[in-house]
Amino acid sequence: MTELTELGVKAIRDGVAAGDFTAREVAEAHNVAVAAAGELNAFIVTTPDHALAAAEKVDADRAAGKQLGAMAGVPIGMKDLFATQGVQTTAASHILEGFTPEYESTVSQNLWNAGAGMLGKLNLDQFAMGSSNETSYFGNVISPWRRKGADGFGGNADLAPGGSSGGSSAVVAARIAPAATGTDTGGSIRQPAAFTGICGIKPTYGRCSRWGVVAFASSLDQAGPMARSVEDCAIMLGAMAGFDPKDSTSLDLPVPEWEANLSADLRGKKVGIPKEYRMEGTDPEILESWERGKEWLRDAGAEVVDISLPHTKYALPAYYIIAPAEASSNLARYDGVRYGLRELPNGAGLQDMYAATRAEGFGDEVKRRILIGTYVLSAGFYDAYYNQAQRVRTLIARDFEKAWAQCDVILAPTTPTAAFALGDKMDDPLAMYLNDVFAVPASLAGLPAMSVPAMLNGEGLPLGLQLIGKAFDEQGVLNAGLAIQQRAGFDAKPEKWW
Amino acid sequence: MVTGAETMSTYRIQGATGEWEVVIGLEVHAQVTSNAKLFSGASTAFGAEPNTQVSLIDAAMPGMLPVPNRECIRQAVRTGMAIEAEINRWSRFDRKNYFYADLPQGYQISQLYHPLVGEGQLLIEADEKAGISQDKVIGIERIHVEQDAGKLMHDQHPTMSYVDLNRCGVALMEIVSRPDMRSPAEAGAYVRKLRTILRYVGSCDGNMEEGSMRADVNVSVRRPGEEFGTRTETKNVNSVRFVMQTIEHEARRQVDLIEDGGTVVQETRLFDPNTGTTRSMRSKEDAHDYRYFPDPDLLPLELDDAFLEECRASLPELPDAKRARYVGELGLSDYNAAVLTAEVETFARFETLLAETAKRLGKGEKDVATQVANWSLSVAPGVMNALGDEANPAHATAEAQAVILQMQAAGEISGGQAKEIFEIVLKTGREPAEIAETEGLKQQSDTGAIEAEIDKVLAANADKVEEYRGGKDKLFGFFVGQTMKAMQGKANPAVVNELLKAKLG
Amino acid sequence: MSVDQTTVAKIASLARIKMSEDELARMAPELSQILDWVEQLGEVDTSQVEPMTAVIPNTLRLRDDVIDADPLTGGDRRDAVLANAPAAEHGFFGVPKVIE
Ligand SMILES: [Mg+2]
Ligand SMILES: [Zn+2]
Repeated sequence: MTELTELGVKAIRDGVAAGDFTAREVAEAHNVAVAAAGELNAFIVTTPDHALAAAEKVDADRAAGKQLGAMAGVPIGMKDLFATQGVQTTAASHILEGFTPEYESTVSQNLWNAGAGMLGKLNLDQFAMGSSNETSYFGNVISPWRRKGADGFGGNADLAPGGSSGGSSAVVAARIAPAATGTDTGGSIRQPAAFTGICGIKPTYGRCSRWGVVAFASSLDQAGPMARSVEDCAIMLGAMAGFDPKDSTSLDLPVPEWEANLSADLRGKKVGIPKEYRMEGTDPEILESWERGKEWLRDAGAEVVDISLPHTKYALPAYYIIAPAEASSNLARYDGVRYGLRELPNGAGLQDMYAATRAEGFGDEVKRRILIGTYVLSAGFYDAYYNQAQRVRTLIARDFEKAWAQCDVILAPTTPTAAFALGDKMDDPLAMYLNDVFAVPASLAGLPAMSVPAMLNGEGLPLGLQLIGKAFDEQGVLNAGLAIQQRAGFDAKPEKWW
Repeated sequence: MVTGAETMSTYRIQGATGEWEVVIGLEVHAQVTSNAKLFSGASTAFGAEPNTQVSLIDAAMPGMLPVPNRECIRQAVRTGMAIEAEINRWSRFDRKNYFYADLPQGYQISQLYHPLVGEGQLLIEADEKAGISQDKVIGIERIHVEQDAGKLMHDQHPTMSYVDLNRCGVALMEIVSRPDMRSPAEAGAYVRKLRTILRYVGSCDGNMEEGSMRADVNVSVRRPGEEFGTRTETKNVNSVRFVMQTIEHEARRQVDLIEDGGTVVQETRLFDPNTGTTRSMRSKEDAHDYRYFPDPDLLPLELDDAFLEECRASLPELPDAKRARYVGELGLSDYNAAVLTAEVETFARFETLLAETAKRLGKGEKDVATQVANWSLSVAPGVMNALGDEANPAHATAEAQAVILQMQAAGEISGGQAKEIFEIVLKTGREPAEIAETEGLKQQSDTGAIEAEIDKVLAANADKVEEYRGGKDKLFGFFVGQTMKAMQGKANPAVVNELLKAKLG
Repeated sequence: MSVDQTTVAKIASLARIKMSEDELARMAPELSQILDWVEQLGEVDTSQVEPMTAVIPNTLRLRDDVIDADPLTGGDRRDAVLANAPAAEHGFFGVPKVIE
């Protein structure tokens, strides 16, 4: 029998259902892998008992002949942005250290209801702000991947697993968990997936409830699955998604049968290639992967057409107004009054307490974004910055609307480069932001978008391809992703060094 | 009638350098009548133990989201309709950002850019005594819906303030007037009228002691006819009297300040009911930059025809219309109509009694309205007040009172007997008809018995009969009085009159 | 330079984040760089465009006026509300004394 930790969501679920192994065996194997992976620093908290309890319930249900859920027996990692009842939830910030919610997020509850168990709470960029997992109060997550330097030079530099869902990408790539939850505000599922050679999909805005997910930028935040195959993503997304009356932006639509309707036959489909994504300075290997992607989709029966998304260039600056603006307000609640850190210097009044608590509790990147957000909303600047950004956002969404007249799905690179070394971009925030240039437009337009691994670059690092679909058409995205997966034959995995 | 722009008020503040006019605008915060809060399912009931009516949403736990309560929107729309305002089918919630311990989210969800209710108006009536010389229309700029804040208690602990979030998230309507008022009396009349309308509509209980209505009072002064001066805003003034005191004090303070060479600073102030004065509110000093922006957790609010139809159809007859109908259709005096329509309980009791009385007498409401109005406004309250604690108001049913009025109209009982019967009803809850019978509280209409007494009276006063017949008409009243006295007040005066006239020729 | 150190200090105060002179000196050029960069949005002609209000066409759903229908959105759970409070006494949250 293959190692249980090599199995994905579907294989575990089907194996448990068939009685090839028990859910408990699966949970135990993964708990061992979790315990052995301390060096990656991917978990803030581990919850082996949660995984075991969920597994035992599945095994008991199976024994009793009960119907098993879509994720029955699958132990997963939970990004520490999802509130989990009785388990510390921090958003990787000092300001929430020790915070133990009295409630469970809708998405995590949906997963438990589907029979999944929790291996632990995954590290991330603080409040999901970052693209390299270097802004966590609990330390950097280290990618399981290493460069294969031909000369051995620099080959052992610690690499970024991407961000903000860097703990998630690391554990899935490292075969520590078959899948993990992620959240994507401006690429935080797709970029880390691309960096670590796994799949990740951000569904249409509103598919997954935001209730109980620590908010970063409300109009952009979406949860989604990260796993090692398109099928696994389809299964897990099906378990996470669904209408939630507690979230007024939740889509009141039935969850489609994504898994059952998977098909790599793209005959009759048109794939758009946006010319604006061919940016100056993009890594030639990224461009090569894009070319291969086109071929694979053609091979699957699709017609490849050139399209234009003229406002692409403005997506990133618009994002860096809108997201910080929303964040500056969303993060006002961390004030030391009702939960989390309280810093109370001698003789401090209420407002001093706020300022001291937030100074101590937030990391630099969070402060930076709160300050930008505060500035762009402040008196006299609102129209020039925030309103202008929201108008540009309308234009970006309109670009996509027009594109759908010509194509069914868009193919583009996920990131402009492969994973970079930890520390490489930390002293240049702007350079870090530019890493999300290809991911952000779909976020601004609320569209479903996925990253699937395409190939390894010359340094032996994965490169991802991005598929962007029409609103509500996760199926189209998944199907195109499946076509690429089948042809790319990507089966590389990081060599275990931890 | 005048509209807000024309300023007919003659209220002036006498300064050392001449006369000043005061300009007043009010932002009234009215708690919307609803079971649950604006964005959460926690209760709005008054007076609960601290923090027991707080949801995870109200406490702004990480990841919590607002979902609006339909009833709160509905009540605000109905209120807008009641002040003849335009209802915005497309509105949106914004965040008003500031840090305070009574505001867990760090922002108040409110509406700045696209409020639910637009321009409307409200009529205040002339009141000579208060110096309001004619009816005046006060403009209402907007009504928006927003969350209330929690409560801080400063006197429970030597070094700490305590925070109770029970009120946090309760729905408020902020009703913003135009700066159309020119005297404390006008402001007082405006608040009273607004309260009446809210209570008619049922969108706010108007209970100022429990904080269901509070006013932010914007005051500035100017030389009559000149440009507006700089205004101050005194927050959370919670009675009509305090609103008027705030204006008086604040206008005087501003006049003195300007005349002493100072300038008025635009600032937030606090009213102290103990001293009747206002003072600057230091805690809100740097809160001017609220960084309003659309709440990204909430989509735009779009109202459809069916919703608006229902809101309109469920509106009751409003105070101005009711008052006009009482005068025009029921023939009541202006004064009676005004008093009867001022409070919901008053007109409700009146209308029930009116309907019951008309039914019993088989007459139209118009034919008995004056009788019922007099009974409701003077007779019945007089009896009740005289009884004080002995009266059980629960016994004063519309039926009992209608029976009394019916007996009186039929001449079975006199006005005095009506009062006596009502008194017994209030004390005991017995049936009026039974009381009249058992206690002998009935008028004698039997002509035989009355005639017999009249004959005795005339016989005993033969001299006066002579005088009367000689032309001293005034003596008629004397004979009536004597007859009534002989009959212990129980004779039907109409019958007495008629028989006396016949006998005296 | 979009923002100088004094401006950053003002924003930090508005955002209730205490910052030392050193931090301000470090942060000011970073923020300036970012703001200078986002200002390229000014190039876009948006005179005929409305700001986005809903990313996915969807309208606001309203809730029924029911108390405590769901413990996740209802009240009457003081213990849960106070469970993580740095200072809670007699059913209240405690904060440093406020002078109004
Ligand atoms: Mg105000
Ligand atoms: Zn207000």
